[in-house]
Amino acid sequence: MNKILFSAVSKKFVMALAGLFLLLFLPVHLGINLMLLKSDPEPFNSAAHFMATFPLIKVVEVLLFLTILIHITYGIFLQIQNWLSRPVGYKVRNKSETGAFSRFMIWTGGSVLIFLVIHFFNFYFIKLGLVEGDPENFYSVAWQLFSIPGYAILYWICFLLLGFHLYHALQSAFQTLGLSNEFWKPVIRAISLIYAIAVPVGFAIIPLVIWLF
Amino acid sequence: MKLKLKIWKQKNAAAKGRFETYDLDGVAPEMSFVEMLALLNQTLIQQGREPVAFDHDCHEGICGSCGMYINGYPHGPVKGLTTCLLSMRHFKDGETIVIEPWRAKPFPVVKDLIVDRSALDKIQVAGGFISVSAGAAPEANALPVRKHNSDLAFDSAVCIGCGACVAACKNASAMLFVSAKISQYALLPQGRPEAKERVRAMIAEMDKQGFGSCSNTGACESQCPKQIKLFNIARLNREYYKAL
Ligand code: HEM
Ligand code: SF4
Ligand code: FES
Repeated sequence: MNKILFSAVSKKFVMALAGLFLLLFLPVHLGINLMLLKSDPEPFNSAAHFMATFPLIKVVEVLLFLTILIHITYGIFLQIQNWLSRPVGYKVRNKSETGAFSRFMIWTGGSVLIFLVIHFFNFYFIKLGLVEGDPENFYSVAWQLFSIPGYAILYWICFLLLGFHLYHALQSAFQTLGLSNEFWKPVIRAISLIYAIAVPVGFAIIPLVIWLF
Repeated sequence: MKLKLKIWKQKNAAAKGRFETYDLDGVAPEMSFVEMLALLNQTLIQQGREPVAFDHDCHEGICGSCGMYINGYPHGPVKGLTTCLLSMRHFKDGETIVIEPWRAKPFPVVKDLIVDRSALDKIQVAGGFISVSAGAAPEANALPVRKHNSDLAFDSAVCIGCGACVAACKNASAMLFVSAKISQYALLPQGRPEAKERVRAMIAEMDKQGFGSCSNTGACESQCPKQIKLFNIARLNREYYKAL
């Protein structure tokens, strides 16, 4: 039984499920963030307050941390195993055709991880009282951060890389879960493309709008 | 045609290898890549030098032994061909060709371009069979098979176990090979009774041999000389979850 639970295929199954949960969470997060575009801070702050206090959301929050943790640990563990599977490399670069961005998942994922750490430092730590700031007014915290040009640029770069991660991630998760075949593959690919453009662009326009207006 | 060949030379599994450069003249465009190497060896032997060790047998793309990594492509730059069926007309006069052995932890180099691919055999032995006593062939129409399934099963059964999928994969994963072997049984009624044990045993052996996991990059599919399709891996995953 242990052999089955901890086989490479099972690890990828768990990783894909965790990744899919994160894929569902991102649009929810985006929906709340878009309220930053209103000049009235009230809707955003009350949404943030709701997310921070509503009991059912607490459960989802625990689930969210768990999935992030599992996804990252398994991602890094599998990547190390994969590197060890080819101790001696080729002299000529491998020119085999691959799906776009599929070879760089550890690097795009790693960039997202760096962003997550900064993100937690900026917001979650305020909530925990570890960093100074008003947890009831994340609206002004976000506006302040976005008005720093360096932060906005870093934000855009991270979301570009997240988009690369997501484009392969969605298709890959379907394949890993066994939900792909010749007929559905192009459909799944198209959905991945739309998702991987729409979500990061949605996040990225917020600092842009704040800059322009 | 004149060629400059840079070939990996390694005495045995323990020895440290290096590239050796050879100039070869008189290559005809209609020769196969394997025939070109035979010409090189003939020349080397006549000069009293050591020939290059490489594997080959059938010369018709069915035995799977002639795999080598040519200019960054397993089995060379032309899709759907084994090295023995790769014609030299795909190379230019005066071109430099770099030839390396398959690189993967489960495929140790035996000598020069020859690697030990028995890790694939061990996966096959773990479950890639049907354990019924074989008598005379039964009446062909006694067991109806959906045409769609028999086509897909055949398409996956053409895998020759060459290991190009492993060689092409950034993770040295054998998932395409295993998915082909699983599919050829999973799609046919004869394979169903033992489907669960088979997929469990073959995946366990695949991990044990030290192959990497699948990142769904598709490098295997693009280099497979038998054009085994990536959706076989989705089927393999499905079969595995059903067996839990
Ligand atoms: C919002 C953030 C993220 C989302 C939505 C996400 C989603 C996904 C999904 C759905 C997959 C496909 C799983 C599969 O191949 O079956 C995947 C793959 C991957 N993710 Fe993420 N991910 C995120 C963040 C991260 C982070 C922070 C890392 C950190 C290292 C990471 C590393 C990886 C790696 C290495 C793979 C490829 C796995 C493989 O090639 O076998 N991801 N991601
Ligand atoms: S799947 Fe293709 S590349 Fe892999 S061993 Fe079979 S024939 Fe060779
Ligand atoms: S020599 Fe048999 S496949 Fe090439």
